[in-house]
Amino acid sequence: MTTQTKPRLKPKHQRLVLALIAIVAIIGAGLLAASALRDEAAYFVTPSDIAAKPPEPGVAIRLGGMVEKGSIVRSPDGLGLAFVVTDGKATTRVAFRGIVPDLFREESGMVADGSLNAEGTFVATRILAKHDERYMPPQLGTMPIDRDNMVGTTVEPKR
Amino acid sequence: MHIYANPLKFLSIARPLTPWLALGGLLLAILGGYAGLELTPPDYLQGETVRILYVHVPAAWLGMGGWLALAIAGIVQLVWRHPLAGIAARAIALPGMVFCALCLVTGSIWGRPTWGTWWEWDGRMTSMLVLLFLYLGFIAIANAGEERGSVSKVAAIYAIVGAINLPIINRSVVWWNSLHQGPSITLSGSTIDSAILWPLWLTLGGFSLLFGAIVLMRMRAIIADIRSEARLKRLAAR
Repeated sequence: MTTQTKPRLKPKHQRLVLALIAIVAIIGAGLLAASALRDEAAYFVTPSDIAAKPPEPGVAIRLGGMVEKGSIVRSPDGLGLAFVVTDGKATTRVAFRGIVPDLFREESGMVADGSLNAEGTFVATRILAKHDERYMPPQLGTMPIDRDNMVGTTVEPKR
Repeated sequence: MHIYANPLKFLSIARPLTPWLALGGLLLAILGGYAGLELTPPDYLQGETVRILYVHVPAAWLGMGGWLALAIAGIVQLVWRHPLAGIAARAIALPGMVFCALCLVTGSIWGRPTWGTWWEWDGRMTSMLVLLFLYLGFIAIANAGEERGSVSKVAAIYAIVGAINLPIINRSVVWWNSLHQGPSITLSGSTIDSAILWPLWLTLGGFSLLFGAIVLMRMRAIIADIRSEARLKRLAAR
């Protein structure tokens, strides 16, 4: 790479130092920006966030977490749905009327748009299923899963 | 015309290398595609949609790898003034952008049945979309310059600065709550079962070789362009 710039060794080194300084400055700026965005860029809040700093009732928020085992209750007409969302530390009750994705199920991640009502129940207007990072064939899907690890990797923000 | 000394040496390597990369890449991609469609089991939750993984992951890898290569080419151009750096940057930008777009499209197609939405503004998707716009910007800046066989200093600096988006894309699912799942394949292992995982290595390798072949072909085309233009100029001056 250096075959043709031999006579200009010095300015080349100067440019290399300049480039390295610039790269360090860019990385520094990027990390600063990312850490400043840390809370703003979160796609959803967790039940712990709601427990720590309850948002005003009626303010639109997005809630994410795991659907607690055995918590899904369907209304008699089949359209209403109530369940509990957990992040392992806190829980939030959620109510929803509508169609949920196929992958929405107990002990699986979900994300809901909506707001808290006066009683502290999260009234969802839309529900998305969150897929986790595990992929396996169907016969393995019934195997016992590492619950703690799953909550840690899918719901809890790693800070 | 000492500036062509290096491209000539480069051509003597690139010419025989291109068909090997192209054929090898095609073979691996076809094998991986067949295995991914026919030989692997469906996922326990996602069912058959899991198969889009074999295109989505290589596309993401090459979309990001392409920008890393652009940034390295930018440094080599600015620091060492290497004549091939700008040519490589021009050659890489377009296929990099295509793979980036392919990643976004396949992700969207997978997201609809899995998550229940085509698009959400979460950290991973937004930062990947930013990468697509960065590619568009780079191509626009490179084409706006006077240089034919290279890219302007501005474009090289832009490529280096834009690389800050790469760690952001990579870490977006760890730093922020996101809809996109966390990393499946890490240094400590894979959370994708080996029965589903193995064709991914074939398509990853195949797409990467194809990417290399496309870049070499584009570099050769750019060099041929410069040389024919220089020849015409010499003839006209006679």
